[in-house]
Amino acid sequence: MASVLEIQNLHVSYFSREVRSRPVLSGVSFDLMPGEILGVLGESGAGKSTLATSVLRLLPSNGHIANGAVLFEGKNLLQIHPEGLRQIRGARIALIFQEPSLALHPTIRVGEQVRQVLAAHQSSKDNDLKERTREVFIQLFSQDTDRIMRSYPHQLSGGQRQRALIAQAIACNPSVVIADEPTAALDPVTQLEIIDVFRSLRKKLGLAMIFITHNPALLSGFADRILILYAGQVVECGPADTVLRSPKHPYTSALFESLPALSGGNEKKSKDKLPVIPGNSLASSLPRKGCSFEPRCSLHMDVCRELEPALVKLGAAHIVSCFKYKE
Amino acid sequence: MEHILKVENLVKRYAKQHFAGTPQGFLALDGVSFTVSAGTTLAVVGESGSGKSTLGSCIACLETPTAGNLWFEGRNLAHAAEADLRKIRPQIQLIFPDPASALNPRWSILDIAVEPLLLQGKLRRKDRNMRACSLLERVGLSADMAERPAAELSGGQRQRLAIARALTLEPKILILDEALSALDCSVQAQIANLLLELQNRLGMTFLFITHDLTMAAHLADEIAVMSHGQIVEQGSSSRIMRSPAHGATQQLLSAVPQLPHAPRPAANR
Repeated sequence: MASVLEIQNLHVSYFSREVRSRPVLSGVSFDLMPGEILGVLGESGAGKSTLATSVLRLLPSNGHIANGAVLFEGKNLLQIHPEGLRQIRGARIALIFQEPSLALHPTIRVGEQVRQVLAAHQSSKDNDLKERTREVFIQLFSQDTDRIMRSYPHQLSGGQRQRALIAQAIACNPSVVIADEPTAALDPVTQLEIIDVFRSLRKKLGLAMIFITHNPALLSGFADRILILYAGQVVECGPADTVLRSPKHPYTSALFESLPALSGGNEKKSKDKLPVIPGNSLASSLPRKGCSFEPRCSLHMDVCRELEPALVKLGAAHIVSCFKYKE
Repeated sequence: MEHILKVENLVKRYAKQHFAGTPQGFLALDGVSFTVSAGTTLAVVGESGSGKSTLGSCIACLETPTAGNLWFEGRNLAHAAEADLRKIRPQIQLIFPDPASALNPRWSILDIAVEPLLLQGKLRRKDRNMRACSLLERVGLSADMAERPAAELSGGQRQRLAIARALTLEPKILILDEALSALDCSVQAQIANLLLELQNRLGMTFLFITHDLTMAAHLADEIAVMSHGQIVEQGSSSRIMRSPAHGATQQLLSAVPQLPHAPRPAANR
């Protein structure tokens, strides 16, 4: 099957006053199949949000795409003319940002905010736009649709705001939705609700999704594949079940172990210390050469300090970058 | 064990705001009662809007409760005069959800850690700085970073600094309002370990406000579940996790995302 979105060898760096250029993504490659949910997992600073924004060339002004290609419907989005890109942004590839209260305009009714997205991409009559806006809202709000369309963002709950943002994203029937931590600000009950919304949209509309999160547990039973980013590089990628059940990269397994287990009342176990990954992944503490996880890795070998590991293929779709594994 | 904090029938009603809001105001806390023993951790969990944070700010004396009693060391904070509250506030410190916005990014790390002492006007400059530096070391920030601006810290380091700042006044109760939620899970584990270590060494009392039931069960001795301004269920962490009785608890518990290898406890056993 042909992929709907393909990212090849993406290199992105940021400029700042102190450092000439700081690489944030170094050589990220992956593809997204139609209707697939790809979970992107990583700590803050791993380059998750940069990945989301550079696909649509929405990087801040000090961001620079040094190398790579983003192929969508046969076009390289990194080289396409701005007018061509405008027709893709929001219409064919939609982006959902982290904070629903910041991403919505505070003094425009949410119905109007969705209508404006449609109006920007479709030149149909006013009545048709209104009709379509209503259809989109009905997909996300089974009750109270009209009241919610007339509401301002501050009159809605966190979960409703997140749904309104999703309405904006799916209004033009995109084939790819990139969601950057869409549930981070929500409590677990609402979080589950939004995950279910994404699930049913995928089923109904056949959306392909890139779901960015820092919470591995959220991806269980939801994502089809998981990609793990560490310090701007893909360290592991594979089918969700395989990665979650038997992670191969030392970083992935250490990350999973640092989560407290829902022990269900094992009294001895709670109040014990959690296993932690020592150190941090700040740019300043990354090694100059060798594997970027080496200083924090409990299984590091001599070779890790000298050479950068290449991606090794373990199964049909499971890849990992670590010297522990050989093809 | 001795109760350090006793909350009796606490009510907090927010007045109607100009045009939004309901006519009778919003009842954020609707008769909340509980006790906390010294040196233990009580986790307050509940969905957003259930009144958890209001409870935290009432106990920290940042909000005046509408009705009810708040006993702390034999004094009723709910009816205390502002001058008395000023003396009590240092003993009950609050850590805010987002360390990035709770710290001034342009201030140096030392200035941030020293400020509470400065405001209390307790110590001389040299002693203040020494106290602050030793606390920075204790939470795992090296004292040679002290002159650097807070903006240069990572999220986990900022939260450590927020904890150090709260500890400078040697509080008896530390209220952690979603203090771990904004952090990555590997950093969450580091801060959780730090909290356990501080409690072991200093015998502090924690009020851990969160919507993360897993972390609540890990850190707390007791869990109180809030819903619509009321505590609907309270008990030992292990009991709540093993056999949740109230619907709100069961709902929260069944919504906890989990990795596949951890067995999920049945919500209604």
